[in-house]
Amino acid sequence: MSVFAELIGHYNYFITIFLMMAGLYIVIARGNMIKKLVGLSLFQTSVYLLYVTPGKIAGGTVPIIDPAYSIYSNPLPHVLILTAIVVGIATLALGLALVVRIHEAYGTIEEDEIFARDGEI
Amino acid sequence: MTAIAPHLPVLQVLVPMFAAVFTSFMRRGNSAWLMAVAASWLSLAISLALLAQVLQSAAPVSYVLGGWAVPFGIEYRVDRLNGFVLLIVNLVGSMIIPFAGTSVRKEIDGNQQAWFYTMYLLCLTGLLGISVSGDAFNVFVFLEVSSLSTYVLIAMGRHRRALLASYQYLIIGTIGASFYVIGIGLLYLATGSLNLADIASRIGPGMTEYSRPILAALAFLSVGICLKLALFPLHVWLPNAYAYAPSAAAAFLAGTATKVAVYLLIRIYFSIYGVAFGIDVLPVYMVVLLLSLAAMLIASFSAIFEANAKRMLAYSSVAQIGYITLGIALANVSGLTGGLVHMFNHAMIKTTLFMALGAVFYRIGSVQVADMAGIGRRMPVTMAAFTVAGLGLIGIPGTAGFISKWYLVIGAIERGYWPVVALVVASSLLAVIYVGRVVESAYFREPSKTVRDATDPPALMLVPIAVLAALSVYFGLDTRLSAGLARGAAEMLLGGMR
Repeated sequence: MSVFAELIGHYNYFITIFLMMAGLYIVIARGNMIKKLVGLSLFQTSVYLLYVTPGKIAGGTVPIIDPAYSIYSNPLPHVLILTAIVVGIATLALGLALVVRIHEAYGTIEEDEIFARDGEI
Repeated sequence: MTAIAPHLPVLQVLVPMFAAVFTSFMRRGNSAWLMAVAASWLSLAISLALLAQVLQSAAPVSYVLGGWAVPFGIEYRVDRLNGFVLLIVNLVGSMIIPFAGTSVRKEIDGNQQAWFYTMYLLCLTGLLGISVSGDAFNVFVFLEVSSLSTYVLIAMGRHRRALLASYQYLIIGTIGASFYVIGIGLLYLATGSLNLADIASRIGPGMTEYSRPILAALAFLSVGICLKLALFPLHVWLPNAYAYAPSAAAAFLAGTATKVAVYLLIRIYFSIYGVAFGIDVLPVYMVVLLLSLAAMLIASFSAIFEANAKRMLAYSSVAQIGYITLGIALANVSGLTGGLVHMFNHAMIKTTLFMALGAVFYRIGSVQVADMAGIGRRMPVTMAAFTVAGLGLIGIPGTAGFISKWYLVIGAIERGYWPVVALVVASSLLAVIYVGRVVESAYFREPSKTVRDATDPPALMLVPIAVLAALSVYFGLDTRLSAGLARGAAEMLLGGMR
């Protein structure tokens, strides 16, 4: 198989990795706490894609036991990610709540301004 | 009794979880506290009963949730290793919670006290769940249950920096947990299983065609879990989190949270990769060895220059985690026994130290070393307990810390790593300096204005501190329980490997 076909064949993995790196980069590079959470959320979501993608089998049906079908898509990754999405929402909500409290306490959500106010902690 | 005996593994998680549900409906801090005390002690009883079951039978105690057969359903699986970890977590929890009653009343607003206990119980649920579960994804869920409640516990600290510490930990902790999920996902893709024992039997040499994702999974799992257990240099979140969390929460987290993450690392390294590939094939052990040594030295140096005693102990925790991971990296029976028994001993010692500082904070409202001048004469029992536990941290013979360092040194000698032996001793000498600074300030200085009216705290705070300090000496003299269990677990782990 040529390199090009290899790339196209796995395009969803490349999208996943791109999103993962983009999210991680935002978390590291941005000083704004909301933006950091956006990056974190992007990073987490890319992990969901990493799980969901291989669950789909080309030509597979829903997983029902029937003599007419022999290839099924795997439902387990989807179920796992349903749980992970709930966890992700809880994390994001808690993070945003913390940012609100930080804004009340410091009057800013820029990390460098906070460090300037309190000293590097 | 016989009717509930087979259900103990799941009760271990359910008891604190349901207690958390009840306390979340309570408005009064005191009733929530009583609930938390009952749940913690019941949980300790369950873990003792479980440990007795495990030691009686040769095979691990297995519990299948919902009756689904093993590789498909979620299995709770208790063997010598996690029976030991459950005991550590519950012992610390049951000692912290009487102490927490008084401490929390002072440090946390009335309408938030019940929430504190809810979060404490959820954190306990998560930590016990990680320890007891044999399903990789279930472990992730419990990891996040404990992490999310930990973020809240830290944010309850009085100083506004507690919010910042909590936020920083949230970012780093979530990245760590996501790395863990990626690792588990890669393993699942390669093996089609989420049961830890089942994964181990499926990734053997027969699966060489998937060796790359399996090794990538090892890298992701290592980094993710090491973020959680604060292995140097991934420890930046820990000092602030411990320093600004409420005293009771800091003591609880210092004793349990990182230990459970270490347990998870041991489980992945030895029960999955060790069983599948053998230990010498994988390059991670040398990496962990070097990082452990760096942690022992650099974090100890940071502790020496820290003016805030709580932050000093937090840096010391990073150094002590280095000892535990050193035991993992040595990967022989003596070294691993040393690492495991240090989990136990360090939990006793560090919890005592943090609770003693909590008592100091309760009386004088500060934990700066300078403010603690002369406090040894005003709070004699508290500071005596601090000193005894501090000696344990250094590793004086006759204290628990000596036992773990002894095993580690033996393990290093068996491997022929003489420089490691020297560095363990050097790191202990650094501990002499930072523990000595507090002791010197407490006993050999004129009492400052802040400590003039201080006295030992109420009995509910004092008794757990004294009991744990006494235990840290007891386990230095009689090692049948602590080192015996650790040795059993180490032999089981290393015996199961190729």
